[in-house]
Amino acid sequence: MAKIGKYILGIATLIFMTNCGNNNDSNSGAMSSSKAEKVYVAPGEHDEYYAFFSGGYSGNITVAGLPSGRMLKEIPVFSQFPTSGYGYSEETKPMLNTSFGFVPWGDAHHPDISQTNGELDGRWIFINENNTPRIARISLTTFETEEIIELPNSAGNHASSFVTENTEYIVAGTRFAVPNPQRDMPINEMKGQFKGPLSFVSIADNGRMNLEFQLNMPGFNYDLAHPGRNKSHGWFFFTSYNTEEANTLMEVNASQNDKDYIAAVNWQKIVEYVKNGGGEKAPGTYAHNVYDEKTHTATSTMKEGVTMVDPREVEGAVFYIPIPKSPHGCDVDPSGEYIIGSGKLSTDLSVYSFEKIQTAIKNKDFVDDSYGIPVLSYENTIAGVVAQPGLGPLHTEFDGKGNAYTTFFISSEVVKWKLGTWEVLDRQPTFYSVGHLMIPGGNSRKPFGKYMVAMNKITKDRYLPTGPELEHSAQLYDISGDKMELLSDFPTHGEPHYAAGIRADIIKDKSKKYYELSENEHPYAAKSESEAKVTRNGNEVHISMTMIRSHFSPDNIEGVKVGDKVYLHMTNLEQDFDVPHGFSIIGANTSEILVMPGQTKTIIWEPKREGVWPFYCTDFCSALHQEMQGYIRVSAANSNTPLKFTLDE
Amino acid sequence: MKKALKFLTLIITLILFSCGGSDKKDEPSYGKKEPEKKEVKEPASKRVDLNNKGIGPITSVDLGLVVDKNMAAHGKEVYDKMCTACHKAEKKFIGPSPKGILERRTPEWVMNMILNPEEMVKEDQLAKDLLIEFNGSPMANQNLTKEEARAVLEYFRTL
Repeated sequence: MAKIGKYILGIATLIFMTNCGNNNDSNSGAMSSSKAEKVYVAPGEHDEYYAFFSGGYSGNITVAGLPSGRMLKEIPVFSQFPTSGYGYSEETKPMLNTSFGFVPWGDAHHPDISQTNGELDGRWIFINENNTPRIARISLTTFETEEIIELPNSAGNHASSFVTENTEYIVAGTRFAVPNPQRDMPINEMKGQFKGPLSFVSIADNGRMNLEFQLNMPGFNYDLAHPGRNKSHGWFFFTSYNTEEANTLMEVNASQNDKDYIAAVNWQKIVEYVKNGGGEKAPGTYAHNVYDEKTHTATSTMKEGVTMVDPREVEGAVFYIPIPKSPHGCDVDPSGEYIIGSGKLSTDLSVYSFEKIQTAIKNKDFVDDSYGIPVLSYENTIAGVVAQPGLGPLHTEFDGKGNAYTTFFISSEVVKWKLGTWEVLDRQPTFYSVGHLMIPGGNSRKPFGKYMVAMNKITKDRYLPTGPELEHSAQLYDISGDKMELLSDFPTHGEPHYAAGIRADIIKDKSKKYYELSENEHPYAAKSESEAKVTRNGNEVHISMTMIRSHFSPDNIEGVKVGDKVYLHMTNLEQDFDVPHGFSIIGANTSEILVMPGQTKTIIWEPKREGVWPFYCTDFCSALHQEMQGYIRVSAANSNTPLKFTLDE
Repeated sequence: MKKALKFLTLIITLILFSCGGSDKKDEPSYGKKEPEKKEVKEPASKRVDLNNKGIGPITSVDLGLVVDKNMAAHGKEVYDKMCTACHKAEKKFIGPSPKGILERRTPEWVMNMILNPEEMVKEDQLAKDLLIEFNGSPMANQNLTKEEARAVLEYFRTL
């Protein structure tokens, strides 16, 4: 009897111990290696990395967290963005000004984060625009576009916006060779006539960009670029295709030559040359747009003229290196010794040695010249070849542990290989047809080497179908082990050609929470309700209105007439995190505006009909959000209704 | 055997009771109604509470015997910029008038309400009642410094 009792007691104790509260052992056992757990970020927790994806034809950047893949924000850069009023508000319209006038859209390609000593410093992120050649700088404290500079004499700014290791320079390229300067001429006479200028833009300590000079290269298509780093700091490498200089049916005619070129540019030498008065003033009109955080307003300045440098004039500064078959990616490893060229129609990867390039230059080991630019020997500059790793190599990133990861578009995979031995270590399929890949910091001296994101061009069946148009798929891999492990899929917005990632703790504590009202220098700001006012100047009416939870001041305005041009200058009086107010009014031929705490933004309203027209807050702000509304009375053009503005009278 | 069964029943009962709800507090049993309170409460804005210091960074304030005029002038500046969108001395507006506030509240409570409104309207009964009285319109945190809040308090003494 006692035995049975003991037995039962034993079992009961066991049940007791095992069936209650499995709270403390979630990190042990087989579960800890589960893929789900690796990408799971618990409610209220933060991701470990920020990832900034170019939006491609959306013209913007989307911000996601890694490893979750959750989208955190879309930052408007080159495209109008009605969600916030970017490109619609009077303050931000100048950001999209160009030498061609106002351009509401752009094609954003390659984001790159600023660096100090070759490491990501998280001050700014830059991104290029391909169609109307431009480079933008975005603050990583406000996550707002602060500056856009246009590049004259260029077309198809694809080989951009890559930053040198102390953020001294950023480059822009020319993927569509064009006459320089532009002129009316027969297309089929392009050979030898077209040019491919490479632009060098300096970055000041406060981030301001300045177009220092353009290198007037032969008219090949400069496709991608990367700066040298570490031992190769001071150099820039650009891939080019169409050395055939074909002007039609390019997919055939630009694929004739066995080899095209990597252009190796000693930019420090050219900077010195220009400083000493080198180069010629050449024509070139370009817009330079700068956003001021104090006035909350952008200004656009049209500039004229650029210093044009003939690459043949600067001794020992510009060389061509032969590379097989229409190269695309041009990537430099963290040590700066290896330059990886991906001949996209070749089956091999060519890896060049910086030291060998230097020796070949010193020994004048040239095999040819192209339009007067010395061509180095392939054999004497190559460090090694990764033989037949896949089909259609495009881009390479690094993990900082001696390994490289290359995407293969045609065979739809990422291949991990070893720098120095060139052996293939692992391969993983992507879904489908990967373009770029991104390892946070993979573009610096110190990659973080934990995750890799593959950005795919084709989505097909990866998600629920959403009609013919699908968001592009990205895939997250854990690369901390010997083998890459596919963890998750997540959709990305537009077409993310490239991305830049950074450890979250480098920037998250510097993120701005609101703008200081006391520092607001907007000329029409109403920094308290007592400063709210309405003034008329001819048929222009300026309304300086305040917003706070949950009313506008003034909220009743009379004396506006049909035909007036009404400027609604909205100031958000809140001084707390995450309390924006929105503004919209019936009949406005523009977007709403979203006004951050402490900020002033303006939209124009041109009333066309008499009546009493309501306006309201578009961003749910408090329990009384629905009450945050007001009226503007519009009288006939010839009426005598006096100007009057009130609140609670 | 019977004994063993009883023992088993006892243990299983124990197990059943042992899981979950260990934090549960005793709830009043059904049917036992609390006596209804019929007293009509004064509106929170009229209530006088000179003991409650509120919740937040301020635990004690030394008010001088006479008003510090410089500090009050600075306080007026801050108040005009940061507070008048919702508070007016001469009338009940979005929020209550600050006039005579120190006859109803402790200086600490006033400063905590300025500096820590989110927690106050959640945890402080008086602030909670005020939120309801003022239609759920939240007291905005205008991120004043302690010095600014203290100056605003000094200004309130002059109203």
